[in-house]
Amino acid sequence: MFGKLSLSAIPFHEPIIMGTLLMVSLGMAALLGWLTLTRKWGYLWSEWFTSVDHKRIGIMYVILAIVMLIRGFADAIMMRAQQAIASADAAGYLPPHHYDQIFTAHGVIMIFFVAMPFVVGLMNLVVPLQIGARDVAYPFLNSFSFWMTASGVVLVMLSMFVGDFAATGWLAYPPLSELKFSPTVGVDYYIWALQLSGLGTTLSGINFVVTILRMRTPGMKLMQMPVFTWTALVTNILIVAAFPVLTVALALLAADRYLDMHFFTNELGGNAMLYVNLIWIWGHPEVYILILPCFGVFSEVVATFSGKPLFGYKSMVYATMCIGVLSFLVWLHHFFTMGSGADVNAFFGITTMIISVPTGVKLFNWLFTMYRGRIRFTLPMMWTVAFMVTFTIGGMTGVLMAVPGADFVLHNSLFLIAHFHNVIIGGVLFGCFAAINYWFPKAFGFKLEERWGKASFWCWVVGFYMAFMPLYVLGLMGMTRRMNHYANPAWQPYLIVAAAGAGFIALGIGFMLLQFAVSIRNRAANRDLTGDPWGGRTLEWSTSSPAPFYNFAVLPEVEELDQFWADKEHKRAYKQHQRYADIHMPRNTGVGLIMAAFGTVLGFALVWHIWWLAIGGLVGMIGTYISRVYDTDVDYYVPGAEVEKIERARLVPLHKLIENVDPASAGQKVA
Amino acid sequence: MNKRSLVSALRWSCAGFAVFLGGCNLDVLSPKGDIGIQEKSLILIATGLMLVVVIPVIAMTLIFAWRYRASNTKATYAPKWSHSTGIEVVVWTIPCIIIAILATLTWRTTHSLDPYKPLESQAKPITIQAVSMDWKWVFIYPDYGVASVNELAFPANVPVNFEITSDSVMNAFFIPQLGSQIYAMAGMETKLHLIANEPGNYAGLSSNYSGEGFSDMHFTAIATSEQGFENWINKAKASQLSLDGQTYHALTQPSEKVPVTYYTNVKPGLFNSIIAQYMGDMKMDKIGSEPAQASAIPSHIDQVKAPE
Repeated sequence: MFGKLSLSAIPFHEPIIMGTLLMVSLGMAALLGWLTLTRKWGYLWSEWFTSVDHKRIGIMYVILAIVMLIRGFADAIMMRAQQAIASADAAGYLPPHHYDQIFTAHGVIMIFFVAMPFVVGLMNLVVPLQIGARDVAYPFLNSFSFWMTASGVVLVMLSMFVGDFAATGWLAYPPLSELKFSPTVGVDYYIWALQLSGLGTTLSGINFVVTILRMRTPGMKLMQMPVFTWTALVTNILIVAAFPVLTVALALLAADRYLDMHFFTNELGGNAMLYVNLIWIWGHPEVYILILPCFGVFSEVVATFSGKPLFGYKSMVYATMCIGVLSFLVWLHHFFTMGSGADVNAFFGITTMIISVPTGVKLFNWLFTMYRGRIRFTLPMMWTVAFMVTFTIGGMTGVLMAVPGADFVLHNSLFLIAHFHNVIIGGVLFGCFAAINYWFPKAFGFKLEERWGKASFWCWVVGFYMAFMPLYVLGLMGMTRRMNHYANPAWQPYLIVAAAGAGFIALGIGFMLLQFAVSIRNRAANRDLTGDPWGGRTLEWSTSSPAPFYNFAVLPEVEELDQFWADKEHKRAYKQHQRYADIHMPRNTGVGLIMAAFGTVLGFALVWHIWWLAIGGLVGMIGTYISRVYDTDVDYYVPGAEVEKIERARLVPLHKLIENVDPASAGQKVA
Repeated sequence: MNKRSLVSALRWSCAGFAVFLGGCNLDVLSPKGDIGIQEKSLILIATGLMLVVVIPVIAMTLIFAWRYRASNTKATYAPKWSHSTGIEVVVWTIPCIIIAILATLTWRTTHSLDPYKPLESQAKPITIQAVSMDWKWVFIYPDYGVASVNELAFPANVPVNFEITSDSVMNAFFIPQLGSQIYAMAGMETKLHLIANEPGNYAGLSSNYSGEGFSDMHFTAIATSEQGFENWINKAKASQLSLDGQTYHALTQPSEKVPVTYYTNVKPGLFNSIIAQYMGDMKMDKIGSEPAQASAIPSHIDQVKAPE
């Protein structure tokens, strides 16, 4: 009846997990109780959960990412604590089976459920606004994509309390991840969580490629798109090309585990090297999927706060495209030590280092954007400078490991761990933090307070260097990754420093949450009345903050790069129109959420081999979709009169505000 | 204020880094074998080459950030300047030159340091077959008919040809102070060629995570004199344990922190039959388990079990 599921699946004997379960349950109960008492359910359902508005979906992605960042970081600090004490073969406080799940969950969560929702959320929030569109090409699909990601999150979180999670490392290399060596449901949770969220990501990729290619405002040519949109375009092309490979690799692994097939087993001619190749053919583009949008963020931020157009726009675009193409030609550098011949290794080593050319060009372009600028050190700019320094170091160690001869001694060591945290924290996370501070007013209508943001910034930067520089040293000392305990006591001091660094990062996260809380409390003082709080250059700053649900009352006309800047200079910005046309908008729908809920049921049932429930989940998903197909009431028109009312309420006071101010810097001075 | 504290934070982290490096033993950067020595110099040359760009970039970032801060009204402000063909040519060319040099170096060293390439030496190489299991290493000396668990020995200044496989999941065979590592994979043989330039006990480990007992998959690699090596072989030969099918099968069962053990009378061809378990007629023949019934063709396993 319930497949492999029974009460014994709940790890009652693990005090750490039960304590976590208790705290999570209490927290959830408090949250649900508060929502019920304040009667927020209706509001949440109609305004957020069923929303197809790209901005709201983007915000929900980012909130999801922040929640999962806390979970993933809890894993990190547990690992750091374990390694700080498990010296000279001491057992530490985490037995291997638990520790192994933690480092696997940490990697999976940080990549799939923190970094991905961050960048997809940012693209959602910003891309349509930057190209002067009213929504993405397929708003319903967008909602479905988000809820599929959330569905993956639910499965991963559930695995902690019901059953276990994979203890295989974040890429679940077979044969270790095969049934013979991982007989519990851990790997099955891994497979289905990633299949569900991966489907959402693929659909999201298709959605954004179409949006950027087909939904640009009249007149906007490709070479007039803001750089963030360019990076989003390349990233989404990479998603569409790479994610199906992940889906296939995981499907074959599932076939091995469920249908007794032997694609990657040791037996019957199966070969794990196939999986390792497939997973990295997805995995390497994946890191560029994460970093490219962040490169876009830095490009926007550095131009805005230097008060200059981005240096070498065309170079930047071509560099982005180069990186996109090259990212598919380097996957083998993740396993030079698998015994490929010298020619193959050398080829992939060299293609890898070639990527550093366009990346280096980008760095120089940001530098020359700052050159002869008037740099305002707001939080987004501070994150950008910290990124430029940190990422350069991470890039260097990356190129070093691209040399096969060097990788032969650095592979799988903590040097590698230090390297990829150096680029993912220093690149992706710093980029997301810059973006949150930069676009927050556009999402919510008020700026974030700087004080706690700066405290958070310094804790993160100091914490990062403390946590990861010792790891480079440990790698050179011969310490390998994923060790539960170790014999060599000489490693311990470095691991203690790293643990202290993680403590600083914990403070950084705490201050960031405090920054949000204080900013929300003091929002009246930090309102952005102009819609352009930073003196921005791109279209998203031309509309109000928060952007109205239709984004633009009249679609902006674009003739050049940085159109909004030019409009401000020529006093054409903030034009009030005589008449407003009706606006065609998509209607909210809960179908995406309901389908994803059935998807979660399907995933859970597959994990536990509850076949009737799996069929129920699948039928529910497809049935809900079919019912949607027959729903013809999916859109509506906002009457022009209503648009006019909203626009007048913003523009009339705005014109009074900016009357005597230099229009180019109107926003920053008024705000 | 912010810039200043950023600069000082960086200065402190650099100083801290130097202190770190001072007091520790960096295995990878203090190699005791030819391969390791070449890899160390490769790491240092490549790093030095990249620092040619990296240091200026970091310096320019900090200098530009400081010089063009909004409060410094004396600095030039060029609000429209966003293109310079000269600068663009330079910023594309410099990384290209560095990468061209690095690529040449890479091509050359990847071939000279290819783990599969036998080492050139006057001495006759010794062959050691390494098998990873859950969770220990078995080292077979086919020329001497002995084997050991979690310890291996070889004469210094003699090239060692490692033949590596796994009788379980993937692992990686790695002795950091001697140089390169290579994966151990079931059903496949990988090769590694190393040499120790001086006698010593070197830490070895599996550097690819392989499950619960992974953290204890370390071993000692003893590089010793010819005499010392002969003594070690004799010690193994004097062992009460012989590595026949039954013993081997017992050894493959998952176990952790297995103490150093020596075996004598290792069946010839054991290593190949370990690999063959996963190949051939697509049929699983577990060494030492129940013999397959009605097997028309004698398999490797039968040879292994046949009395000498």
